[in-house]
Amino acid sequence: MEKVLTKILDQHRKEKGSLIALLQRIQETFGHISEENVAWFSRMLDIPESRFFGVITFYPKFRTKPVGKNTITVCCGAACHIKGADKLLDTAREALGLSGDEDTTHDLGFTLQKATCIGACNIAPVVILNKQVHAGMDPVKVTKLIKGYEREEFLGYL
Amino acid sequence: MSSLPIEIKVCLGTSGSAAGGEEVLRKFQHRISEQGIEAQIGRRCTPKKVGCRGFCSRDVLVDVIRDGNKTTYQSVTPIMVERIVQEHIVGGTAIDEWTVTDEYASFHEKQYKIVLGPCGEIDPENIDEYIAMQGYLAARKAMTRMTPDDVIDEVVRSGLRGRGGSGFLTGEKWKVCRREEQHPKYIICNVGEVNRPLAEGNPHAIIEGLLIGGYAICASKGYLYIRERYHRSVERLRIAIEQARDKGFIGPNVFGTGFDFEIEFSFGTEAFICGEETALMESIEGKRAMPRVRPPFPAVQGLWGKPTVINNAETFSNIPIIIGRGGAWFSSIGTKESKGTKVFTLSGKVRNNGLVEIPMGMSFRDIVYGIGGGIEGDKALKAIQVGGPSGGIIPTSMLDLGLDYENLAKVGSIVGSGGMVVFDEDDCIVSVTKFYMEFLHRESCGKCTPCRVGTKRMMELLTKITEGTGGDEDLRTLERLSGVMASTSLCGLGRSAPNPFLTSFNHFKEEYLAHIRERKCPAGVCTALITFSVNEERCKACGICKRVCPTKAISGEPKKVHSIDPERCVKCGACFRACKFKAIKKA
Repeated sequence: MEKVLTKILDQHRKEKGSLIALLQRIQETFGHISEENVAWFSRMLDIPESRFFGVITFYPKFRTKPVGKNTITVCCGAACHIKGADKLLDTAREALGLSGDEDTTHDLGFTLQKATCIGACNIAPVVILNKQVHAGMDPVKVTKLIKGYEREEFLGYL
Repeated sequence: MSSLPIEIKVCLGTSGSAAGGEEVLRKFQHRISEQGIEAQIGRRCTPKKVGCRGFCSRDVLVDVIRDGNKTTYQSVTPIMVERIVQEHIVGGTAIDEWTVTDEYASFHEKQYKIVLGPCGEIDPENIDEYIAMQGYLAARKAMTRMTPDDVIDEVVRSGLRGRGGSGFLTGEKWKVCRREEQHPKYIICNVGEVNRPLAEGNPHAIIEGLLIGGYAICASKGYLYIRERYHRSVERLRIAIEQARDKGFIGPNVFGTGFDFEIEFSFGTEAFICGEETALMESIEGKRAMPRVRPPFPAVQGLWGKPTVINNAETFSNIPIIIGRGGAWFSSIGTKESKGTKVFTLSGKVRNNGLVEIPMGMSFRDIVYGIGGGIEGDKALKAIQVGGPSGGIIPTSMLDLGLDYENLAKVGSIVGSGGMVVFDEDDCIVSVTKFYMEFLHRESCGKCTPCRVGTKRMMELLTKITEGTGGDEDLRTLERLSGVMASTSLCGLGRSAPNPFLTSFNHFKEEYLAHIRERKCPAGVCTALITFSVNEERCKACGICKRVCPTKAISGEPKKVHSIDPERCVKCGACFRACKFKAIKKA
């Protein structure tokens, strides 16, 4: 652990990167930014933790909780909204069995996110599974996508 | 037999990829090499990827160019590839039933593609194709035959205005920065969400524009500010930068002129406020993206306190064209005060959703009915929302208005970065306005009070109205808040946030009043104000509504008219959509 952190720190010092770039790298590596990691970097760089958290909580992208192996993002921009993005979100929550304000399944298989607008308005509504954009979605397709993916993943172990 | 190579162009923009374009391209490559097609017909076949050509509702689009004749196929899937290869590429006969229809022609006919032109024609990952269409000639011309002031004069002459938000004259902005004595200076290209197709389809135009801009203001460093999440755009820009560096177009001593220029990525994160230029700079500096008080303007004191120019990717894409063909030529397109073209993502309830580029001044009627092909399902057009979440809502009575900076400002909207959403009779204007306000409230950075509190209060009041608990006095409060926010907010986000409300209230007052005084949502969208019931004459007792109802609110037996229990009904509309006999009433 310490080794990985040191590597990130060295790279950060070498590139003289910004705090955001550092946080992006931490999140890329661990999937989220834990309090312990913030404390460690705060110590090493002599930057108060509050500055870290100030930035982390400002940008919705930064997470302080672990992320699932797969990420499903429902675009909730205007074009997607009028074509039923809310229903897609509900369907996805249901298909993943998420309740309350949970955004990640208990087995850490999936994380569900909302995007503001990803600029694919011409093919709305869109859902992004990991890096793949899926166009013209509806509740049935979302369920199929999630269920199909779960199954595929499962078959992958055989 | 002709020996000209046969070109096969597969659309691999965001939409093309989403529709399976990569698989289609692989299939073409595979078929052609596996079956020895090139040897068989004695000529080369070059399948390649191209960027978005706009007509996304019929993706995957594939062009086959044989002996100079271009045939475009629509909705291509991998299983169709075999037949196209055999009949068209080998046999020389196009498969008519798979080619694009008249819609494709009418979609393109009224457009004027300057910046989007090369997208869909060239391989975005191959600099030689860009060079073959005179790429980097404008940069060479600017640096070897023009002084920085000449370049700026040419941009001023073109009348180009920023394609991002406020529509400030690009040349004037550059001039202010050029005059500054302080060094280093920076030039930033903001690649926003609507710029993605440009970055994916023709990244070199952005790089070249940035390079010319850097030369004009004497900056030695350019930043590409882009959201990390736009993987494909980032990838193509990265490749473009590497290729340009290999050719010596960026790096030390560009074109042997002694001018050094470097380009660096700055990865932003999802935040609407980063479209505001000073907030964007804060973000590059690694801080919370909160706008700065102006003046000093960025051209005087910007990134790291140094003189800085920010333009968006569409603005930069126009620069090589202006330098190459001349500012006078560019200013011949468009209207008196708004020159050139504008790229829009045409979306919503219009038949041909897609990416379009129109000359400034084109009427909304031509855009929606000409290019867009009218409204989906022959419903009635209700309104058009232009300029993103803080743009205004344009009613049908203004269909003949020409789209340019002045006209939009007059009707309380903005050109913005180029979103255009079309609403039909099934959309509730109040609910849509509430949606925009929710968005703006979420994205407000919180630095200044009018915007932070104003967006929240406006959202609450609009929510009240959509829930049927609003009163006439709420409308007055909304109007008052709008005035305060527009005049006292720190940045453009807060100042333009009331636009959707002000314009929609101006043109759709009856709809607001119906929600308040009659407790009705005329479009049947606001769930608190509608009820679902069964039309007994139409009900065939098929039972499908009962099956889809998530709360078991529907009762009925075979051959008996079904009924809905209003107590249990959560108004999800599942039965309404499922009924094939239109027996569910929404009122």
